[in-house]
Amino acid sequence: MTLRQPHSGVPQIIALLVILAVNWIVSPQFFDIRLQDGRLFGSLIDVLNRGAPVALLSIGMVLVIALRGIDLSVGAVMAICGAIAASLADSHSLPVTLAAALGVGLLCGLWNGILVAGLGIQPIVATLILMVAGRGIAQLITEGRIVTFTDPALAWIGGGSIVGVPAPVAITAVMLLVTLLLVRGTALGLMIEATGGNERASTLAGIGTRAMTIAVYVWCSLCAAMAGVIAAADILGADANNAGLWLELDAILAVVIGGTSLFGGRFSISLAVLGALIIQAMNTGILLSGYPPQFNLVVKAVVVMAVLLVQSPKLAGLSAALRRRAR
Amino acid sequence: MRRHLPVLVTTAVFVAMFVACSLQYPNFASTRVVANLLTDNAFLGIVAVGMTFVIISGGIDLSVGSVIGFTTVFLAIAIEHLGWPPAVAFVVVLVLAALFGAGMGAVIHYLEMPPFIVTLAGMFLARGASFLMSTESIAINAPLYAEISSTVIRLPGGGRLTLIAILMLVVVLAGAVLLHATRFGANVYAPGGSRASTEMMGVRVGPATIRIYLLSSLLAGLSGIVFSLYTSSGYSLSAVGVELDAIAAVVIGGTLLTGGYGTVFGTFIGVLIQGLIQTYISFDGSLSSWWAKIATGLLLFAFIAFQQLSVGLSRRGRRMAGVTAP
Repeated sequence: MTLRQPHSGVPQIIALLVILAVNWIVSPQFFDIRLQDGRLFGSLIDVLNRGAPVALLSIGMVLVIALRGIDLSVGAVMAICGAIAASLADSHSLPVTLAAALGVGLLCGLWNGILVAGLGIQPIVATLILMVAGRGIAQLITEGRIVTFTDPALAWIGGGSIVGVPAPVAITAVMLLVTLLLVRGTALGLMIEATGGNERASTLAGIGTRAMTIAVYVWCSLCAAMAGVIAAADILGADANNAGLWLELDAILAVVIGGTSLFGGRFSISLAVLGALIIQAMNTGILLSGYPPQFNLVVKAVVVMAVLLVQSPKLAGLSAALRRRAR
Repeated sequence: MRRHLPVLVTTAVFVAMFVACSLQYPNFASTRVVANLLTDNAFLGIVAVGMTFVIISGGIDLSVGSVIGFTTVFLAIAIEHLGWPPAVAFVVVLVLAALFGAGMGAVIHYLEMPPFIVTLAGMFLARGASFLMSTESIAINAPLYAEISSTVIRLPGGGRLTLIAILMLVVVLAGAVLLHATRFGANVYAPGGSRASTEMMGVRVGPATIRIYLLSSLLAGLSGIVFSLYTSSGYSLSAVGVELDAIAAVVIGGTLLTGGYGTVFGTFIGVLIQGLIQTYISFDGSLSSWWAKIATGLLLFAFIAFQQLSVGLSRRGRRMAGVTAP
């Protein structure tokens, strides 16, 4: 078996450009960007802004999937952390609120990580527990109501801007940069790929796979916690039932679109974020074109099938055989 | 005896919970509560039987909730808007569901893709299709629906066993026979244990995989029919998240999520345990419904930890007996 080529990202970039072009045809003012009250506005900015939570989730999810795992609980973690942020915002200062929300996210990740790496439970099942119970916990925090807040400091995270860039986009960009530095600036990324490829061999080679797996699940939940805070800040409240609902699936889809195999191993964080933007650009395009948003799901299903076909090991073998014959 | 330990534990937990509830509320131990338990969870029980087959084979089916939603909307439109006789609509929707499942099974086997992502696409597709048909809740007023929901067997003590509850019991029985007493059932267990050795034994994994997912979607379609009878309506957002309840019921029922071990009876008890939690919460009145989710999560954790422990123990036991672990 030949070594797979590193991710070039060309198909993903082409896909994004095609979708943006379609959006532009559908709505000619798509690329218009204007500066208003010190913040950039426009459909393109909207794609980045709305795509920020899923992009954040995909940053953590790609690492988990590279370890041959999966984290189904990110949507529920979003709901929990959003609920905490919203219920503390008016009575505590921003640092305390953020520390509480992110701290709980960290605990959620620790729980998942210990179940997976410590007890050796399959990732799907281990994170299913928090997925089922998490939404109940979030409702416990909000006491079943939709908690609203008025604190401008927390609201800034959802609606503010830094030098014109909306805050969610800036936070996502910083998080992407930090993760890239941590993972690709060190040998950590290589170790994650090795562990995803063959955990036993990696352990024997001296990689602390157990601690690393726990750390990766913690990082994933931390990303989810940030996404949850952004989602709560965006609507000035926390809805335990609907915050982050089904976003775990969008995040997994973004990672798959980004070319990372669900069988673990090689991964690309930037392409996963690009995948999140592709999903959001499609959503925005469907909205702009005036089709009912219900088309979203059907389009997503078609995209998943297309990506599956491209990634399928059987088809890859077939096309490789064809190419060899052509040579 | 050792083999049936997980199912025995599940059953013991159910009995203990039921006794505890009955001690707290004297009205609890009545045929009325039991009959309602069966009726309210009929759709979940049916879909969980299909999920048991899928999970024992080492797979997972995330699309069942969407298939239920699709079925209810399809039935509502076919019966109310197009004027089809309900029986014809039932048959057509079951055929559609079966084809859908067979398609997913074929993709899983022939393209060698993980069931998780294939059925995820199926989930989007079925839910999207039901959204495209209608986003509104449509009431079904066909006379057959009224007839079916008014047909009940009166039990001593005031319980009313409805037709859908009976249908669920029949599906559970049929599922148990199919899984435990037929060649197809044996073929379901085999790939869950080890796919490579299954193929070497000469089991044709492809047709088995297709049939397993066909069965799961078919039962999801049947469950959708039951759901539409239960609510007398079709709504594209109905049964969101039922796949999770079904998976939880299967796990609580003692089926190994890695595949290779499990029983239909255990799943049935798993469904009843979840129903019992709901019933207890509605009896109590002061507890909020979100406790049900937390309790289900805790139960899931307890059973998975128990499984992990027993698998670990049996491995250790085998190693001590001088047999190499797989």
